[in-house]
Amino acid sequence: MTKGLQLHTRALSRRSFLITVGATGIAVAFGGLLQDASGASMAPAVEGGYRPNAWLTIAADGTVTIMSPASEMGQGIMTTLPLLIAEDMDADWHKVRVVQAPSDAEKYGNPGFYGVQLTGGSESTRGYYKMLRLVGAQTRKVILASAAAMLNVPVNELTTEPNRVVHARSGRSLDYGEVAAAGALPDPLLQVTDADLKPSDRWRYIGNLTLPRVDIPSKVDGTAIFGIDVQLPDMLYGAVLRAPVQGEQPETIDGAEARAVPGITHIVPLSYGVGIIGETVEATKRAKDLLKIVWTTSSRIRGYTSDRLLEEYRSVGRDLAQAGVSAATEGDAQTAISKAGTVIEVDYMSDHVHHATMEPMNATALVTGDTVEIWAPTQGPTGTQGFAAEVTGTTPDKVKVNTTLLGGGFGRKAEADFIIDAVSLAKAVRGRPVKVIWSREDDVQHGKYRPLEAQHVQVGLDGDGNIVGWRHRIVADSIFARTMPQLFESEGGHDSVVTEGAHFNYAVPAHQIEYIRRDNGLDIGFWFGVGVGYTRFGIECVIDEIAAAKGVDPVALRLELLKDQPRARKVIETVAQMAEWDRQRDGRALGVAYSDAFGSHCAEIAEVSLDRETGEIRVHAVWCAVDPGIAVQPRNIEALMITGITGGASHALFEQINIVNGEVQESNFDTYRVMRMSEAPDIKVTVIPTPEDPIGGIGQVGLPPIGPAIANAVARLTGGVRLRHYPFLPERVLAALNA
Amino acid sequence: MTAFTINGRAVDLAAEPDTPLLWVIREHLKLTGTKFGCGIAQCGACTVHVDGEPTRSCVTLLQDVAGMEVTTIEGLSPDASHPLQQAWIAEQVPQCGYCQSGQIMQATALLKSNPNPTRDQIVEHMDGNICRCGTYVRIISAIQRAAREA
Repeated sequence: MTKGLQLHTRALSRRSFLITVGATGIAVAFGGLLQDASGASMAPAVEGGYRPNAWLTIAADGTVTIMSPASEMGQGIMTTLPLLIAEDMDADWHKVRVVQAPSDAEKYGNPGFYGVQLTGGSESTRGYYKMLRLVGAQTRKVILASAAAMLNVPVNELTTEPNRVVHARSGRSLDYGEVAAAGALPDPLLQVTDADLKPSDRWRYIGNLTLPRVDIPSKVDGTAIFGIDVQLPDMLYGAVLRAPVQGEQPETIDGAEARAVPGITHIVPLSYGVGIIGETVEATKRAKDLLKIVWTTSSRIRGYTSDRLLEEYRSVGRDLAQAGVSAATEGDAQTAISKAGTVIEVDYMSDHVHHATMEPMNATALVTGDTVEIWAPTQGPTGTQGFAAEVTGTTPDKVKVNTTLLGGGFGRKAEADFIIDAVSLAKAVRGRPVKVIWSREDDVQHGKYRPLEAQHVQVGLDGDGNIVGWRHRIVADSIFARTMPQLFESEGGHDSVVTEGAHFNYAVPAHQIEYIRRDNGLDIGFWFGVGVGYTRFGIECVIDEIAAAKGVDPVALRLELLKDQPRARKVIETVAQMAEWDRQRDGRALGVAYSDAFGSHCAEIAEVSLDRETGEIRVHAVWCAVDPGIAVQPRNIEALMITGITGGASHALFEQINIVNGEVQESNFDTYRVMRMSEAPDIKVTVIPTPEDPIGGIGQVGLPPIGPAIANAVARLTGGVRLRHYPFLPERVLAALNA
Repeated sequence: MTAFTINGRAVDLAAEPDTPLLWVIREHLKLTGTKFGCGIAQCGACTVHVDGEPTRSCVTLLQDVAGMEVTTIEGLSPDASHPLQQAWIAEQVPQCGYCQSGQIMQATALLKSNPNPTRDQIVEHMDGNICRCGTYVRIISAIQRAAREA
């Protein structure tokens, strides 16, 4: 299954959202009703009958139940998005209950992200922001109209307080619950414009420093329901033995021993492996180990050896005769570089990395007649509908996806392979739900890794050390060619997610970015930060290489290159103050990096030391200053920066998937090393909101700068030893030290 | 049949004696707060207490706990009132939250034996529990808060 995500791009008018009435809310069980004294909570079901639009209902007791349309994978989105509605409708946050929206792109798709339900790209808050605030404003307007009729007063004499309509003149007021119980919805529903939005000086929830997340109480007492936790009556369990090499198929299947395991009910041949169905999870795991399969040996992936390919990519990057697709061109960088007094010319590279979400891939499906119901920790309910329909021969509208909480996503759960497993097995039994759980070994060995990539960067400097031209060649396979073929084609073979982040806001007179696509057939995917995670590695290290060549301070050089950009300068100046940039440390050094990716500004400084005997780098502390524009939940933004910094440091230091002749060498946390507590830096974050600016993305913003900040710190510690290959394994560090 | 006690409740299970305790807890007893992370005692997501000791349930077999007392996150307190649970909320520790049951069960054992751990002692005790969202700094803060406020 390598077909593209079925992204149904659709022009959704704002109006069509706002006048949708009477849709039936479908709830996913998120454990019990979790009352948290400090704010809103998650709810298992929609409560109340007063429904001004598809996004919320108000019950007679004043409970406001709000749909959360995006997948909650740790980023806090099921607080962020409902909060936007609550703000403009003037709801009392303590009376808000949040329910996961059903799979229905028409109503709940992200207007800023293809109109579908697909959580990724740091696009959720950006994409939904304006629409959800308008939904809130419209709701308030509807409540006011209902209340005006009930009180028999002109609507313009009414104001609101949280969950209450006030008529100051008569001293009367109505709770939203009273309006919901007795008020009539105006027909037609009232429309709103930007002028109806609450001005920022009256915000109660946006930017609130103490507002807690709604999902957290359920995550400390075991009641949170992730995909793997789904329990259904009469449920069977499934396991899938996948081909050891992508693209191979079972040639012969000897399932006799597996079938003999007590509790095993079915052995299901699949195009990419063999499925097992049974009454207990332990029976399916045991039986899976007893399958005897002869696999085909014809897959082209058998020629895939990552080490060798990366060297090839590096050569391609350096070979300027090999033209790529233009990703961006400003001025004539090639001519400028050819005339430059000094040319800095370097290669940066990164190995494959794996998501390793703490919750391994899993899904539950029930196939009945021509309908499919799925319970899954998915980032992409809309795409899932399309894939499940394809597997079962039905249509996407007959597929209902219940999005559970996700135990980490990072892009991996935007894929559908684990859901296809569940649907394929459920199709074999029909009428009984099947829960498929991958082993960690399957999860690691059948990932959708970040592409292997090599970058060749050329920067021309004039006699005064000013940048005259910047050429950036990125060599990698394509993610979009598999996942969004139409988009890939429409962009003329440029994969904009692979080159993501190569375009920057530093002032350079000529800038050329090229994408040189390789196609070695491996299914690569969206990893945390996607392209930005490595393009900024190259860029931010090269900025420091330029600073070293010029003999100037790296912070000062960045400020100079960003002299017309006050927000960028502010985060860099702030982080330099936080870290006491100019203070020398014994045996340690600081390195800085900055990123404007995802529409937000983020600067980080890492303090590192190095064991020159072993080559082990230690990151002691990281400071971060971030300006996301409007900071909807500042405390959660701090948490997301911590996630990005820890994950980014982990992948820069440790993480590596090696593929030899198509077989992944790592298999579990003993061989795929991720950062542990003893290796994690202390982290300090300052959030600098800029409310008058457009809202930026935030989920992935913390990751890109940390790797280059570490590399830049190592260079400053060692008198210029550059680390140019992720991850900075001890043997690579030693090799660089001894070069 | 294998008999043991879970969260104060006596149970007697017909599952194969060599079934990992993790799957007994999650899929036979439907106590899904205990998580599957790796299956080889590398990540700590499945941590429960067996006779009070933090134990990786993914590599512990049903037969190993015969006659013993198992406590899961659901049995830590009836109403999330345990000082660590409260500290976890106060510090807003969880992101995805998947590893946090295991983190809290691991931390509980630390505070029981050492009510005022140093930062280094916390890190040493917690190092076997992976958090892919990297919430380590907030976990440390929460354990310190629970120790302070207990």
